[in-house]
Amino acid sequence: MAKLKINGKRVDIDVDGATPLLWVLREQLGLTGTKYSCGIGLCGACTVLINGEAVRACIVPVSSVKASQEVITIEGLSADNNHPLQQAWKELDVPQCGYCQSGMIMSAAALLKTNPKPSDADIDAQLTNICRCGTFNRVRRGIHLAAQSNRKGTHKRGGA
Amino acid sequence: MKKERINVSRREFLIRSTTMGAGFSLGLYLPVSSREALAAGNAAETVATEIPEVNAWVVIKPDDTVIVRIARSEMGQGTLTGLAQLVAEELECDWSKVTTEYPTPGENLARDKVWRSFATGGSQGIRGSHSYVRKGGAVARHMLIEAAANQWNVPMEECSVANSMITHVPSKRTTTYGKVAAAAAELFPPEQIELKDPKDWKLIGKPVKRLDTDDKLNGKQIFGADLTLPGMLNAAIKACPVFGGTLKSFDAKKISKMPGVRKVVRVEDDAVAVVADTWWQAKTALDALPVTWEEGPNAKVSTASIDKMLDEGLTSSDKVFTGNQNGDVNKALKGAVKTVEATYRYPFQNHATMEPMNATARWTQDRCEVWCPTQNGEAALEAAAEAAGLPISKCDVHKLHLGGGFGRRGAFHDFVKQAVAIARQMPATPVKLLWSREEDMSHGHYHPITKCKLIGGLDDKGNLTGLQVRISGQSILASVRPNWLAKNGADMITFQGMLPEGDHAISYTVPNLLVEHAMRNPPVPPGFWRGVNINQNSIYMECFVDELAHTAGQDPLAFRRKLMARHPKSLAVLNAAAEKAGWGKPAGKGVFRGLAVVKTFGSYVAACAEVSVSTEGKLKIHRIVAATDPGYAVNPQQIEAQVEGSFVFGLSALLYGECTIKDGAVEQTNFHNYPSMQIKEMPKVEVIVMPSGGFWGGIGEPTIAVAAPAVLNAIFAATGKRIREFPLKNTDLRA
Repeated sequence: MAKLKINGKRVDIDVDGATPLLWVLREQLGLTGTKYSCGIGLCGACTVLINGEAVRACIVPVSSVKASQEVITIEGLSADNNHPLQQAWKELDVPQCGYCQSGMIMSAAALLKTNPKPSDADIDAQLTNICRCGTFNRVRRGIHLAAQSNRKGTHKRGGA
Repeated sequence: MKKERINVSRREFLIRSTTMGAGFSLGLYLPVSSREALAAGNAAETVATEIPEVNAWVVIKPDDTVIVRIARSEMGQGTLTGLAQLVAEELECDWSKVTTEYPTPGENLARDKVWRSFATGGSQGIRGSHSYVRKGGAVARHMLIEAAANQWNVPMEECSVANSMITHVPSKRTTTYGKVAAAAAELFPPEQIELKDPKDWKLIGKPVKRLDTDDKLNGKQIFGADLTLPGMLNAAIKACPVFGGTLKSFDAKKISKMPGVRKVVRVEDDAVAVVADTWWQAKTALDALPVTWEEGPNAKVSTASIDKMLDEGLTSSDKVFTGNQNGDVNKALKGAVKTVEATYRYPFQNHATMEPMNATARWTQDRCEVWCPTQNGEAALEAAAEAAGLPISKCDVHKLHLGGGFGRRGAFHDFVKQAVAIARQMPATPVKLLWSREEDMSHGHYHPITKCKLIGGLDDKGNLTGLQVRISGQSILASVRPNWLAKNGADMITFQGMLPEGDHAISYTVPNLLVEHAMRNPPVPPGFWRGVNINQNSIYMECFVDELAHTAGQDPLAFRRKLMARHPKSLAVLNAAAEKAGWGKPAGKGVFRGLAVVKTFGSYVAACAEVSVSTEGKLKIHRIVAATDPGYAVNPQQIEAQVEGSFVFGLSALLYGECTIKDGAVEQTNFHNYPSMQIKEMPKVEVIVMPSGGFWGGIGEPTIAVAAPAVLNAIFAATGKRIREFPLKNTDLRA
């Protein structure tokens, strides 16, 4: 049995504790936005947030995730595609095939959480996700655009 | 009268349209089979598309939503949006209300191939279908106007149309496509239709946004690997790692009690699969399954033994085919003041799509259905029918978006055959087969391996007088499409970029030229790999031309220009890239430039790369300027995305792409030993889209061909090193 908190909801799952979080998300919870690609924690297609930190779900045994930890998947990033990264991605038509993009967006979301105005070097250091279609330059622009709109958003709220 | 004459086809399409309704709604509801979905009374989903089509390409709902049918597959290249633009241009509909859907290949067969080719490769999506899809839009527009005119009882000629709105000009009455679509569907199509003059295009050439982005931002996009069907089981598979080997035995008892395991099955003659409740259970059990293989005749094949075959072909006269010849190259080389000789080598490479191979199949004695990501729905259907042992009319394939294709999912449907073979052993149960990354790495259809020896002759003024090119190595066609070989057995695709004319013609005029291919086919399955043979041929030609320029003591741009007087479009893209990059002006401290130009897939492309190499030998690619002339540019911002992406694909291949062979099997297993580029390695890319009009060239592949040679020529400028074996990870770039 595993007790988890996924996208704000508590779930109890009857599963072998050695099962990677990725497969619990995909096969037990139907959250297929988190992708399988390499299975060895390299390519980043399975990236989710655990307590705000980007984690490669394919190498995290579900037994190691505590019930108190907040797991956020791409499905839980925003209510209506309105996270600044999703908006920037839409604005710039970032995805091509799209298979790596859930992981790409989640890695970027983790970066913006700790570093609201990342430099190109910060992006280079944090985003190790593989994209075979080659969306990298638009991904970079997307992160900068999201960082900008984030700041504007903060400013507006601050001024209201 | 009209109605009467079209009754038969009308009934046919109504049946089809209804069936389609269930099949199409994959994002919301995933039917076990179309029929059962209907039987289950999935009313909400079927009603939506029970609306009769205006024609095969266009369905318009009462709320003016326009559904454009797309036969080719979307795998990231943007064809879905580009094809919809082509239809919508002629249809004159409101672009903001356009959506798309895939017809199935089974429906295509049942309707006498009304959607023509489903094949999505060779950069053909747009250029191979622009004419008939535009016609589809134009015919639908005509019928919609006619329907409105009939309702108003006015001549069609008095009506104008824009943005899905039809106006009777004299009376200023208006109606919308949605209101007349049902009536239009009852009309005959016009016998003849005119397409717009390109100068009147409003939507073609516009950088509109892709139609398929939203669901890729929130996890809703269902790829093949994500599919879930009611009652579905999951399969993991292992095929004999040695090419040509077979499955000898396995001990199912050892794993039958493991959690979730339902069945262990032999798949064809070379693989074993575990079927379980979840894929993770299937894979865990498969890893524990004792398996023995019959390794067969290739168990001793190695990279070294293959290289030996290729080396022999470099000088042999056996099985040698000519791709391009003019003048007398022997005489020219003998009379040359200087000659240059070099031998290059290009390795096997895996497509490594981010989404591993997969397919879901459900088999019964009288019906087989497959859901899969495929670049060629018709080929997938044929594979399914063959594996199912059923007539093709009793099978169908439901296409899903691809998590990358790159040629792997076009000519080969091994994964479909396997899925059906498994499903056949579990009748009426849908089974999803998903390959592990390791399986995907070791059972590719690899970029072919070749070597190439080039000899060039220069006169006393440094002019190129003769060029001899001998390619030795693998033919894709001999393995994959033997019926496409020339009568004499030649594989003309091996000469991509070196041919005398056509879509893949050489970019230079060489007075004495001989291009040959010694066909040497090692037992490693080759495949069409995004770009196909232009990837290595452009390195051979463009790096060697650079070598010649260097020996002649001439600027690489000036040297090329002298050979390009009869290739104005190639020269134009080369000049554009060089000029924008600042060729001839300093590039910055420690930064050096390299050029490449190619004509391939009907398009003209060039690149100028800027690189630096540190004293520790670390390469940095700073910036690439790329120019493309595809004739007509349907969506310039998507072309930019394809050009940028082509550098990732081409440079990943140059930096890291290599599959080596040991004991008859591929040694690489995953991204740790088959790396792909990351964002930190990505150069700035500046794209010049310069459509000169009058022809339709491809976009998805051509630019890959200039990525590697432009960078390699820049590395030479920086270091004086000519690298002729790839990938670069094997080369020490220190001075």
